[in-house]
Amino acid sequence: MRLGDTVRFTRPPGLEAWAAVGGKKEADGPLAVGFDLLFTDNRLGEETWEQAESTLQRHCVELVLQKAGLGAAQVDLALGGDLQSQCTATAYTFRSLDIPFAGVYGACSTMAETLGLAACLTAGGAAGRALAMTSSHFCAAERQFRTPLNYGGKRTPTAQWTATGAGACLVTAQAGPGQVQLTAAAFGRVRDLSVRDGTNMGGAMAPAAAETLCRFFADNRCRPADYDGVYTGDLGVVGSELLAQLLTAEGIDLADRHRDCGLLLYDRETQQTGAGGSGAGCAASVLTAHILPALKAGRMRRVLLVCTGALMSTTTLLQGESIPAVAHLVELTAPES
Amino acid sequence: MKPDKEQYARLLKQACPRSPLLRDCLWAFFVGGGICLLGEGIRTAWLAAGHTLSDAGALTSATLIVISGVLTGLGWYQKLASKAGAGTLVPITGFANAVVSPAIEFRCEGLVTGVGARMFSIAGPVLVYGLLASAVWGVIWWLIRPWLL
Repeated sequence: MRLGDTVRFTRPPGLEAWAAVGGKKEADGPLAVGFDLLFTDNRLGEETWEQAESTLQRHCVELVLQKAGLGAAQVDLALGGDLQSQCTATAYTFRSLDIPFAGVYGACSTMAETLGLAACLTAGGAAGRALAMTSSHFCAAERQFRTPLNYGGKRTPTAQWTATGAGACLVTAQAGPGQVQLTAAAFGRVRDLSVRDGTNMGGAMAPAAAETLCRFFADNRCRPADYDGVYTGDLGVVGSELLAQLLTAEGIDLADRHRDCGLLLYDRETQQTGAGGSGAGCAASVLTAHILPALKAGRMRRVLLVCTGALMSTTTLLQGESIPAVAHLVELTAPES
Repeated sequence: MKPDKEQYARLLKQACPRSPLLRDCLWAFFVGGGICLLGEGIRTAWLAAGHTLSDAGALTSATLIVISGVLTGLGWYQKLASKAGAGTLVPITGFANAVVSPAIEFRCEGLVTGVGARMFSIAGPVLVYGLLASAVWGVIWWLIRPWLL
């Protein structure tokens, strides 16, 4: 059922299983206990950071299948993406996994984007069971978007820390008993308010998050207080502050409902992660290590996950272009009791 | 009301935390000064070893470059630089770090297309414009010299 930009499922798809895999900094962070697998060496025994990210993903997919008690043959479609050029981390992962694969690029919004797409495709009958996944790797991202790891540079106070993590969810056509339900999804519109600073992603992405949330609350005639949590993907300190201001101007008070995955994944002060965590793997691992277990256990009833993605490339930034951003949303509801 | 670009730029400016300028400056001053002091110590040692003034200068630069290269390889230089900022960027050790770090990072892309091509990806502009500036100053010096002497 379509309500404005929202797709609301009359028979909601279910989340059959999920898995979270992280790296060293994630293992030292406050959410470590929720991860299924943590690596103390971010190389994961591979030659390059790019291969390490693919290995991170492979472990994540294997874990999610293992937790669901399924084989690769029982998954009809895998939707996944990452931050590397041409989405290679995910493509290389699926060399060794015999599952039909469609690559999705939404930068840091990929988790909500693949979940939303998987829900629509399964609900529509195009797949009985779909995998939604994404990842990011600090070292691979630094190398591609910023400077070599050993380069001595000072981070600006607005800079964020790309998470080394992967998250994967198995989505089934209809939520069974005890399964977390994906009750609605909304795909965002691209917003660009001329932020050109590549070290201030939160600032660039906040307007997209505000846009998607405003539309969602209006389309569904609901408000933040109707949810146990409104989780943004990786707005960090700066983006979260701006989101609150933008929504207040629209008459929406997020108040104590707002939480940012980038601020949950690390202890910003002791782990020196600047304005907070970021990267596609940030929202993915917080969702799978923290939010979904809480919904499953009934500690929360209903939450929104809004993942924001900055859709620029290093080329467009160098050419002086500003940063377009998008925010995709999924509404997750605890299992029916 | 949705903010336009100018209004949002103002909101953004207010929301962004400022760099702790005084603390950053003190770090840069003391670490940068410390590197220069180290250089002075090395120069004195080369002079004491019997080298001429100009040789001792060149040897000092070379020694600092080697030290910085080794520290970069060990991953220590960027740890210091994350605090010291310009204090580690401006001395010759910062230049060495800017050359060595991409050489390490892109080693996996081959000796020619990785190390060779990427080694000067950060330091390259400094070389280009440094050489250009010295050439321009050379021409200016050649033009004004007859009037100065």
